[in-house]
Amino acid sequence: MKNSQPSVANYFTRDRAWHPQAYAPGYKSSVLRAPTRALIAFGNSLSETSGPAFGHDIIGPLDNDMILNFAQPGESAIGERIMVQGRVLDERGQPVPGVLLEFWQANAGGRYRHKKDGYLAPLDPNFGGCGRTISGGDGTYAFRTVRPGPYPWPNGPNDWRPAHIHISVFGHGFAQRLITQMYFQGDPLIPICPIVRTINDPKAIEQLTARLDMNASAPMDALAYRFDIILRGSRSTLFENRLEGN
Amino acid sequence: MTHPTDTPLYPFKESPSQTAGPYVHIGLTPNFCGISGVYDADLGTAMVDDRTKGERITLQGRVIDGAGNPLTDALVEIWQADADGRYPDGREPGFSGWGRAPADAKTGMFRFDTIKPGRVSYPDGRMQAPHINIWIVARGINLGLNSRIYFEDEAEANAADPVLLRMDLQERAGSLIAKGGGGSYSHDIHLQGPQETVFFDI
Repeated sequence: MKNSQPSVANYFTRDRAWHPQAYAPGYKSSVLRAPTRALIAFGNSLSETSGPAFGHDIIGPLDNDMILNFAQPGESAIGERIMVQGRVLDERGQPVPGVLLEFWQANAGGRYRHKKDGYLAPLDPNFGGCGRTISGGDGTYAFRTVRPGPYPWPNGPNDWRPAHIHISVFGHGFAQRLITQMYFQGDPLIPICPIVRTINDPKAIEQLTARLDMNASAPMDALAYRFDIILRGSRSTLFENRLEGN
Repeated sequence: MTHPTDTPLYPFKESPSQTAGPYVHIGLTPNFCGISGVYDADLGTAMVDDRTKGERITLQGRVIDGAGNPLTDALVEIWQADADGRYPDGREPGFSGWGRAPADAKTGMFRFDTIKPGRVSYPDGRMQAPHINIWIVARGINLGLNSRIYFEDEAEANAADPVLLRMDLQERAGSLIAKGGGGSYSHDIHLQGPQETVFFDI
C-alpha cells in the first residue's frame, strides 16, 4: 500500500563532535557500552521525521510540581525551592510547541528514590523525584522542584556528580529524541565531573548549565533558573515534494 | 566591520546529550520502579487496544554489552507505523505507534506488545520493508542509540529495502533482523563485538 503521507524535511545533521563521544573512558561505564563500528548514515524518511504526539490530557495538575506531587497533603519536599523555566527551540530559533518533557532527580541530600541507590543520605518522605509537562504554543515550559544535592558514585575513588536534573524531551520527529542533564550555574563540581567531561567543547557544557534568573523568581517563595533546550532544526524542502517545516 | 563568518548562520546548537544514567526509570517509568501515586500508569506500556488493526505481535529482546552481559538498566523506545504503513499523528484512537519498555532488572529482557507495521515509503519512492525504529538509552550510553528492527519472515520485502541494501552495512544486515514468526519475535541488540548491531546516524 502506498503511503499517502507527504515527505517532510530532513533534520540538520547531528554534530557528533559537539555531543559527547560514545567511548569516553573517564566515564567507565561507557567503555563496554560504546559501539565500536562507525554509525551508518542515511537521509531521513518518515520513519525519522515523524514521532509520537502527546496530548495535554495525560498531564495531571501536579505533574510539573515535584515539591508537591509526591507529598502528603499539607506537606512538601525539603530543600531549596526552585522553579526551572525555559523554552524548547530548534536550531533555527523556532519554538517547538506541544512536546513532552520529563524530569527526574535526586532529593536535596543527593538520594534517589530507586532501589539501586544505596547512598546513606536519607530519602525525603515527601519527595518522589519525577515530573513532566508539555511545552506551550510558544515553546515555553516550567516546573517546580527542590534543588537536588550532589552525590558520590562509583567511578573514580572519589567522584561526585554535580547537582543536576535529568531531562528527557521529545521533538516532532523521532530523530529529535533527546535526553540530557541540566546543571546549576557556579557549581564547582561541574568541571571535574567525568560525565560532564564526556563533552569536549566548553561551550557545549555551558549550554547545559542553567542560569539563576532573579527576574523570574517568586519573592519569599522560590528562586528561578533559566534553561533553554535546543532540538535539531529541520531543513527547508523547497525543491523536494512540498513545503514543510519552515 | 563584522566578518560574515563571525555571525553564525543558525543561532543555536542542539543541546548536547548526556547519559540517562542508572535511575532513568524514576523519570520515565516511575511506576515500574516503585514510585506510585504520581502518574496513573507509565507512558508507552500500552500500544494497542481492541480497536487496533493488524497482526498482534510480541517483540522481546535484550541489550548486551561488550562483555556479553545483558544491560539490566537499559530503557528502550520504539516508533512504528500502523498496519497500513502510516505513522500515527496522535489523533486516531487505538494505536499510539510509540512504546517504551525498561529492561528487566534481573534478566535484561524488554518486551513490547504491538502489531506488525505496514510498509512505509522511502523519500525516493521505493517502499521500505516493515520495520520498527528503536532508540536505546542507559547508564554508560552518552547519546541515545538509533537502530531499526526488521522481521525474519519478510525476506522478500527485506531484499528490496533501501536501508538494508546499503553497501556499507551488507555484512552486518543480519544484526537488524528479528528472529521468529507467527506473531512472536526476539531481537538482541549487541553494543559491541563481533555481533555488533548496526546503529544509525539519522
